Amino acid sequence: MADFIWNALLAGIGVALIAGPLGSFVVWRRMSYFGDTLAHSALLGIALGIALDINLNIAIILCCVLLAVTLVSLQQRRIISTDTLLGILAHSTLSLGIIFIGLLDIRLDLMAYLFGDLLTVTSTDLMWIYISVLVCAALLLVFWRPLLAICIDEELAEAEGYPVAALRLLMMLLIAIVIALAMKVVGVLLITSLMIIPAAAARRLALTPESMALSASVLGCMAVAMGLFASATFDTATGPSIVISATLIFLCVYALPARISKPT
Amino acid sequence: MIQPGTLIELEHVGVTLSGKSIIDHIDLSISDNEIVSLIGPNGAGKTTLVKVVLGLIKPTSGYFRKQKGLRIGYMPQKLHIENTIPLNVKSFLSISKKASPQKVSRVLDQVNIAHLAHHPMQALSGGELQRVLLARALLRQPQLLVLDEPAQGVDINGQAELYNLITEIRVQYQCAVLMISHDLHLVMSATDRVVCLNHHVCCSGHPEYVSNDPAYRELFGLEKADGLAVYAHHHDHVHDEHGNIIPEHPRQGQEEESNSAFSKGNRDG
Repeated sequence: MADFIWNALLAGIGVALIAGPLGSFVVWRRMSYFGDTLAHSALLGIALGIALDINLNIAIILCCVLLAVTLVSLQQRRIISTDTLLGILAHSTLSLGIIFIGLLDIRLDLMAYLFGDLLTVTSTDLMWIYISVLVCAALLLVFWRPLLAICIDEELAEAEGYPVAALRLLMMLLIAIVIALAMKVVGVLLITSLMIIPAAAARRLALTPESMALSASVLGCMAVAMGLFASATFDTATGPSIVISATLIFLCVYALPARISKPT
Repeated sequence: MIQPGTLIELEHVGVTLSGKSIIDHIDLSISDNEIVSLIGPNGAGKTTLVKVVLGLIKPTSGYFRKQKGLRIGYMPQKLHIENTIPLNVKSFLSISKKASPQKVSRVLDQVNIAHLAHHPMQALSGGELQRVLLARALLRQPQLLVLDEPAQGVDINGQAELYNLITEIRVQYQCAVLMISHDLHLVMSATDRVVCLNHHVCCSGHPEYVSNDPAYRELFGLEKADGLAVYAHHHDHVHDEHGNIIPEHPRQGQEEESNSAFSKGNRDG
């Protein structure tokens, strides 16, 4: 097999590994539209990154975190409902990104950013992906219990002395990192699916939060492998093939007879 | 400075949320081992007061003081867990900050729900969920246990049973209890002090045992009423429909007074 396929597979697996637990958080906290909004703003991050000549991954992460903080502060004023706010921010940042790219006269394959470009992953990209995966995994291991606590009930967590605001920010930072990485794999418009579809499928197989997060990682890796194989065999677009593979896995899991969840 | 032996102290505490005064001029202190029942109609500001005690909201006026390093165990009024989280009772308890597997199985035994350890949280009945929430509050080895309407949605016998359990637990843990209830006349019999709240403290005093009063036992059809006590209000004022204070009508009798104290509050029964 050609080198670029191996690079693509390793990159996709790295992202899927970390998207599993983060995707579970997104599903638990009903944040999929929030994830989508952050993903849309990633394009603005790219434009600014190129204009200011800084590393694109860092530019995307900064842009996502900035947007998340703006969103939270706007949310607290309760002028308009959160879903309306998300819609406004998602599409204005996406439009701003496209306008900037045009104005700055940047030579950019827009399609690659919108739908992913997994087959052009370089070894530098791979290094970035695996460093980020290690950092995220370490943060998740250390802060797993507090992060889970705020997913279940923020008020109870706060009453027990967990630093809820800081944890929320940490979760947003982690999601921003996943978005920056997943952009290469499935593109801005499809990032959320890579997080939530494996997690939603894993819900059916899991009895504990931990097993759901891990199963989501495994199912995500399967989707990446299947998508790449389909893309190579049928010459289909890689990003969308991965998303459709994930959807097929989701459908298969739900077609299985329900596990008789008898308490032991 | 807070007096030794006093766990928390509120001095002239007021909370105003978006221009509306929720609670006003609250003076309240809780000592070691004391059981205080906080009662009042819906919308009286009970939950707001609890949030001040838990440190979730800061008073807009007055002072809130607590003993340094005070461990508060909090049992919320209700808890909704999304179906998307696969969570059994044991994992739910393990999320608590100081939980260890040994502690978790010990508190499960203490509230008599060891058999529910592997049940999904979403499949629990109302009474079972309350015991799980109580167990979670106990994991912190609390010096003060704050219970927000623990008897909500439980029938009166279940309520007596729960109050008995809380009384037992309090002896084991040697902790003080702040118990919130919207039931205006029926409180836990172990209560040392009842504080009646309707935006401000209306009255406070000691309850009488239900078991001393055959009429009550008959009224509620109680088999085991040991956990319950009645509280007779003694107000020097009444509230109009908007919750404003109006001086007591001179011709109004003592007995009527206890029932008319809350014009918009729900009555027990």
